[in-house]
Amino acid sequence: MKLKQISIFLENRKGRLWKALHILGQAKINIRALSIADTSEFGILRMIVPDPENAKKILEESNFVVKINDVIAVGVPDEPGGLDGILGVLNEADINVEYLYAFAEKQMEKAIVVLRTEDIDAGLKALEGAGVTVLSPEEVYSL
Amino acid sequence: MIWNKEAECMSAEEKEDLQLKRLQEVVKRAYENVDYYKKRFDEVKVLPEDIKTLDDIKKLPFTTKTDLRDAYPFGMFAVPSDDIIEVHTTSGTTGKPTVSGYTQKDINIWSEVMARSLTMAGGGKKDLIQNCYGYGLFTGGMGVHYGAQKIGATVIPISAGNTQRQIEIMEDFGSTIITCTPSYALYLAEVLQKQGITSEKINLKAGVFGAEMWTEEMREEIEKRLNLSALNIYGLTEIIGPGVAQECLEKNGLHIFDDHFYPEIVDPKTLKRLPDGEQGELVLTTLTREGMPVIRFRTRDITVLRKGRCDCGRTLVKMDRITGRSDDMLKVRGVIVFPSQIERALLKIEGLDPHYQIIVTRPHQLDELEVQVEASDILFSDEVKHVEEVKNNIEDYIQAEIGLRVNVSLVEPQSLPRSEGKAVRVIDKRKL
Repeated sequence: MKLKQISIFLENRKGRLWKALHILGQAKINIRALSIADTSEFGILRMIVPDPENAKKILEESNFVVKINDVIAVGVPDEPGGLDGILGVLNEADINVEYLYAFAEKQMEKAIVVLRTEDIDAGLKALEGAGVTVLSPEEVYSL
Repeated sequence: MIWNKEAECMSAEEKEDLQLKRLQEVVKRAYENVDYYKKRFDEVKVLPEDIKTLDDIKKLPFTTKTDLRDAYPFGMFAVPSDDIIEVHTTSGTTGKPTVSGYTQKDINIWSEVMARSLTMAGGGKKDLIQNCYGYGLFTGGMGVHYGAQKIGATVIPISAGNTQRQIEIMEDFGSTIITCTPSYALYLAEVLQKQGITSEKINLKAGVFGAEMWTEEMREEIEKRLNLSALNIYGLTEIIGPGVAQECLEKNGLHIFDDHFYPEIVDPKTLKRLPDGEQGELVLTTLTREGMPVIRFRTRDITVLRKGRCDCGRTLVKMDRITGRSDDMLKVRGVIVFPSQIERALLKIEGLDPHYQIIVTRPHQLDELEVQVEASDILFSDEVKHVEEVKNNIEDYIQAEIGLRVNVSLVEPQSLPRSEGKAVRVIDKRKL
């Protein structure tokens, strides 16, 4: 199952990351997972939040550029080599990974990996076909 | 519709006879009544009688903005102050303003040329003209106002600013013609879109846009978003205000009201006159003004003159839209760059709002040009490579236009200054 991710354009300027996160904090939006892609000139803040449409709306009110797109969330064993298996599946299926970020969840003893493959549907199919635990949005949000 | 067929469709011979007669009169008036002109004509040993043909105008010295400024406030007036019934000034952003004085006859001329302009844009008695040019010392507001009254339209003297009010009036009154700067028109379109007001809900058929430089691409954008004919108007406070030239619905150049304002094109470096069809600086002479005759004023605006009968029926000489200014043309690494070129490049990118700022620096003895563009939904994506691709695309388009590689940086939306008057497009940080 696909998961919605929000991406925010950040100008490479002091205080912009804080501003975006401050807005979400004020709106009581809990961030489930986060990563930042940074280049010398701009940054892209990517996040998994429970209600992406609402978060987008709130950020846009403060003039942020926000995009929502699909990613895949999978659970991997929180142990050495956990990610290896997942990437092996995708490599086997010749699927290119654009980016990924992971966070460990102690209670589940699993790590959650957020994946963005070039072709989301193909990535999902390959992972599910190989028996990898793909998490539903509800499962991710309830962590 | 043509407001004044006799004046606007005159044959070339008739026009030249009229221009010569009027030129001789204005040169005489200037020489006899304005100390500045007497001194300058005497310096080059030219007397009013020496103007025997139109071509003889080249014997006369140029008048620059500095000359007018030196005469501040009333030194260029050619009539006793009793006869001046109105004054306007330039904005004075580059120093002391220059003052323009009008007699009753001058106001009549101004009303006449503005009536011709608004008629050219399809205006008439039935129209509601929402005049968003500033009223006050700036000539924009009053100029349009006089013309609108002359053609018997209903003028809405709303003046500049207060965008929410503008939109409310536009919607409620059903304004049919809007007059403002093109950048403000785009800003209005942006706000309308944000508020979910579609172009079907507004009744505009034409826009008379001027007071700043703009491009064909910007015209297309405005026309698409506001569903109107976007027409160019040209004028200068020093000459009269708006109404020196106006574009007709053919949209391929502005008709100069050359029975009142005599145009020449000169090379801005050598000051030699250039033939029709060649690009250079526009020089204007007022043929009929009483209060403040201006002889061979260097406008600094770069354009081309084209003679002949237009498909609209007028024979008034046409000028191309202004492509730059001889004084705010940028020289970057020796290459001439006009902000309008950057704008043209930006407008080639679908969905990009042309809000931009050009920053010129010289960090290591070499000029660097940075173009800041606001990020938008269309430019942004969750993938770095996509955003960089967009940035590269913009850089390619600009390079194709100006021949230089620039650095495009994406900035957050609404972070570049919006203006309700003339937009500040260039920040030159070089210490030249």
